[in-house]
Amino acid sequence: MNKLYQLSIHEAHELLKQRKISSVELTRSALKRIAEVEDKIHACVTITEDSALRQAEEADKHISSGDIAPLTGIPTLVKDVICTQGIRTTCGSKMLENFIPPYNATVIEKLKAQKAVILGKTNMDEFAMGSSTEHSAFFPTHNPWDLSRVPGGSSGGSAAAVATDEAIYALGSDTGGSVRQPAGFCNMIGLKPTYGRVSRFGLVAFASSLDQIGPITKDVPDCALVMSAIAGHDPRDSTSVPYPVPDYSQHLIPDPSGSSPRGRILEGLKIGIPQEYFVEGMQNEVRAALETAIRKLEKLGAEIDWETSLPSTKYALAVYYILAPSEASANLARYDGVKYGFSERGASNVIETTEKTRQFGFGSEVKRRIMLGTYALSAGYYDAYYLKAQKVRTLIKQEFDQAFKKYDALVTPTSPTVAFKLGEKIEDPMQMYLSDVCTQPINIAGVPAISIPAGFASDPSPSLRSGSGQGLPIGMQIIGKPFSEETLLRIAFAYEQATDWHKKRPPL
Amino acid sequence: MKLSYDQVKHIAWLARLGLSEAEIEKFSFQLSNILENFEVLEEIDTTNVPPVTPSIPQQNVFREDRIAKSYPQNAVLANAPRQEENCFKVQAILE
Repeated sequence: MNKLYQLSIHEAHELLKQRKISSVELTRSALKRIAEVEDKIHACVTITEDSALRQAEEADKHISSGDIAPLTGIPTLVKDVICTQGIRTTCGSKMLENFIPPYNATVIEKLKAQKAVILGKTNMDEFAMGSSTEHSAFFPTHNPWDLSRVPGGSSGGSAAAVATDEAIYALGSDTGGSVRQPAGFCNMIGLKPTYGRVSRFGLVAFASSLDQIGPITKDVPDCALVMSAIAGHDPRDSTSVPYPVPDYSQHLIPDPSGSSPRGRILEGLKIGIPQEYFVEGMQNEVRAALETAIRKLEKLGAEIDWETSLPSTKYALAVYYILAPSEASANLARYDGVKYGFSERGASNVIETTEKTRQFGFGSEVKRRIMLGTYALSAGYYDAYYLKAQKVRTLIKQEFDQAFKKYDALVTPTSPTVAFKLGEKIEDPMQMYLSDVCTQPINIAGVPAISIPAGFASDPSPSLRSGSGQGLPIGMQIIGKPFSEETLLRIAFAYEQATDWHKKRPPL
Repeated sequence: MKLSYDQVKHIAWLARLGLSEAEIEKFSFQLSNILENFEVLEEIDTTNVPPVTPSIPQQNVFREDRIAKSYPQNAVLANAPRQEENCFKVQAILE
């Protein structure tokens, strides 16, 4: 039998329900796994062993009285940008190194309502700004498929942790690809919900018109279970939408044939392939893997249009790197060393104290974005940058609206390349920004998208290839119209049942 | 668009962000490089395009003005770097 920590949510749930295992056993197994692999991966910032075991005991009591929800008793890790009452929430920053929130984020309340077990908090790029988790103020996280590579970011700790079975699932946050890109780099499922689908209350703000919390899981059925748990309206987040939450699991259609040739379970769905996402500089093996994967979707019954075009895609990177830093510069103005967080002592006056607090509390990428955003919003430049970007954002969104009149979904790569080397892009911000070129437009438009495993490739540069034969994971991104998460999960599940990519685990 | 040393210093002042000499030099170069990549936006005509339509179908959101429980004072002050007599302590802002 597999080790307990290797279980998926739905597998663990069945065993808990039948009382074949206890939550305490499952939690101990995950904690033991963390102790085994953490010094290689560095996915976690804080481990809350004692409180996790207490939560597991409590979950077991509920289960023995017949009270069990899909996430009851199942251990999870949470990105350190999501507030957890009484548990340090650092945002990967020296600024919040010792910050202990007095309240829980709404998503944490929702997990606790199901008696989930929280194992700790995961590493991330500081304030979720980055694509590699190298911008953590504490340490970089390593990709379990090749320890000399990045796990992606900014939710790199969450993705690497689930990939190494340190937790059964994890929560991340996604402002420009921060759930999907690391999920792709680590062979996991990662979903960025529609803007407004999941409450942002208690999510430390980066760019408030783009941020969403999303699950990182080992398979699609697990993703559906976590989505059903965390989605929904919250009076404390006025941008969350008062729509009913579907039971996402109900939309997963099991393949009746069970063997090849597979049933045409995607019959009736139209999928567009926007050419602009198959960008110049894209790795050939990623392109080839995507083509193979799309042909698989065709075999499953979907109608594919290979000639779809979203011409404004090429402006998305500029729009994103004007809007996200602008919003960040406003959101991060609150870190002044007065109410909480790092505070520089010994400065002679209040302005100098603020300046020094921010100089020594923030890392280089955060400073870069505050500078960029402050500039884009400053007198004389606002029209040319911020306002212009908001107008182009309208055009990008309109193109998605038009496309979704014709298609049920769009399919693209999650990232133009496989995971890059630690240190490879850290000194070149523009190269780092380009690694999210396929995921940023989705946040700009506010639509949902999922990344699922779609194959493996070697590094494009022969000198950087590692010895392990299997190669590095490739992610496929499926994009949907607003509030069509169930369609994305349906397509993702059809593909998952017809392939074995998601079953592969790093050799660790 | 090239950002000069003085411009970088001015932006840092607006953001109340202290920067070392080395950081000012580095950002002057890096931010200029990033801004170059924004020039692509100049080629699109946005004359009659309104700035962003909200991506959610909501306009104003109202709620009843009800008194709810707030956090106890010690919880709110627990993370304060400096406090005195149950207040946040700050430096004098007037001479």
